Amino acid sequence: MTKSKNEFIIEKGLLITALSSIVIIALIIIFIFIEGLPAMESYGPINFIFGLDWSPSDNQFGVFPMIIGSLGITALSLLMAVPLGLFCAMFLAEVAPNSMRKILKPTIQTLAGIPSVVYGFFGLIILVPIMREQFGGTGFSMLTASIILTVMILPIIISVSEDALRSVPHEYKEASLALGATHWQTIKNVIFPAAIPGIITSIILGMGRAIGETLAIIMVAGNVVQIPHSIFDPVRALTSNIAIEMGYATGIHYNALFATGIVLFLMIIILLIFANYLHYKKKVTIGGGYL
Amino acid sequence: MEYRIEVENLNVYFDELRVLKDVNIKIRKNIVTALIGPSGCGKSTFIRILNRMNDLIDTFRMDGGVLLDGEDIYDPKVDVVDLRKRVGMVFQKPNPFPKSVFDNVAYGLRVHGLTDKDALGERVEESLKAAALWDEVKDKLDKSALGLSGGQQQRLCIARTIAVEPEVILMDEPCSALDPISTTKIEDLIHKLKKEYTIIIVTHNMQQATRVSKYTAFFLHGEIIESGTTDQIFVEPRDKRTEDYITGRFG
Repeated sequence: MTKSKNEFIIEKGLLITALSSIVIIALIIIFIFIEGLPAMESYGPINFIFGLDWSPSDNQFGVFPMIIGSLGITALSLLMAVPLGLFCAMFLAEVAPNSMRKILKPTIQTLAGIPSVVYGFFGLIILVPIMREQFGGTGFSMLTASIILTVMILPIIISVSEDALRSVPHEYKEASLALGATHWQTIKNVIFPAAIPGIITSIILGMGRAIGETLAIIMVAGNVVQIPHSIFDPVRALTSNIAIEMGYATGIHYNALFATGIVLFLMIIILLIFANYLHYKKKVTIGGGYL
Repeated sequence: MEYRIEVENLNVYFDELRVLKDVNIKIRKNIVTALIGPSGCGKSTFIRILNRMNDLIDTFRMDGGVLLDGEDIYDPKVDVVDLRKRVGMVFQKPNPFPKSVFDNVAYGLRVHGLTDKDALGERVEESLKAAALWDEVKDKLDKSALGLSGGQQQRLCIARTIAVEPEVILMDEPCSALDPISTTKIEDLIHKLKKEYTIIIVTHNMQQATRVSKYTAFFLHGEIIESGTTDQIFVEPRDKRTEDYITGRFG
């Protein structure tokens, strides 16, 4: 009797905690939409999303350059972080001796815990001057921001991919080696393909962090509202837009910042759906994935 | 009688633990040799010596001679990859790759450099036929191998092994995870394959040893207690411990 009562309380308790976290997220989303939609309505959603001018003092609210800025920075950083991260994960999972892995893995995980302002500050003090000397201009650019982001998302990509590679059953590796495949052939043809679903997860997580990152990007990207002509041009990300202007925005400008949040939110949803679709498709075709 | 494999005074250690003690055995060509003995007696470790799979274990050490066709396979000059091509292995648990049936069999051929599509197709078909699996899978070559039954998966693993044309096939309890009907199919297959391959099979199943093998070695606590023809071992064992084991008094 008391036992079943206990079970009941624990089950309901778990249900309530799960529900409350969902409710909190839902409330935040609803709030953002309530605050942001008026700006979209009065300026027109198409004008808002595809408008090229952002000039709150003239009531111009077009976020398209910032969409390009966010996507550009994210894509560029993934382009650098994914190959680097995957090779590093392969090294850790398959090649590194145990003693080395025991040191490297926690070190990499610690890197993931460093606050973004520290990375941003490092970028501002060290990387921006180097970029200025090497490529001219101010040194504040899309590329500078992407390099900092690369460093920030590498730990996630490395540690999640490494877990995925290591959770591929040992039997596959043995079977491949027993057929006379070399270690690299085994990694490339058996271990890596079997770990792809987990590797896609790592890329999704890295992408999520990159697109949501604000502070470090503000510090090094230059924040000019423009569609960049090259990777050496300064850009502004959607996240940066909100953070930079929220201090003094009032009226429709204030609503426009929330509307920026809506655009960011929708963009992340679209990217996540796409990534999850890839993940799912891969899992189905190989029949059983890891992670 | 020609010997394919000769093992002389083999000792194997994992860390300080001596797993195999002064093992001496000669294995004849194109004949099935069964290795029997209780769990933990070193049978699996022994067959993994023959294709150097123990090399994957950090704490592995060994001394003694292991000759394949008269050549020491632990000589530093030996190419392990080449050795494993000559000495194939079928594992206890069926372990097809999470790839299509075709790609599973073609895998070994591809890693050894065969890329011609027609040649690959031919070799895959031959191997599946040799493994008595062709009729069951010929319509689903592009389906995932993980969708096959356990017995089919194990025959696929055998097909995958013979596709690279080894001289020796090691089988580590290949039927222990299978039902009786699948087991019979694998045993029939072993009978068929012994004409062309030297087969060494580890088994816990005494009847299986008598059914498939010509020679048998009995392992106990890392030593070979007795080896000889299967008939002699099972009908008139010379050692008391062998007799106790095969009559089911321990193990």
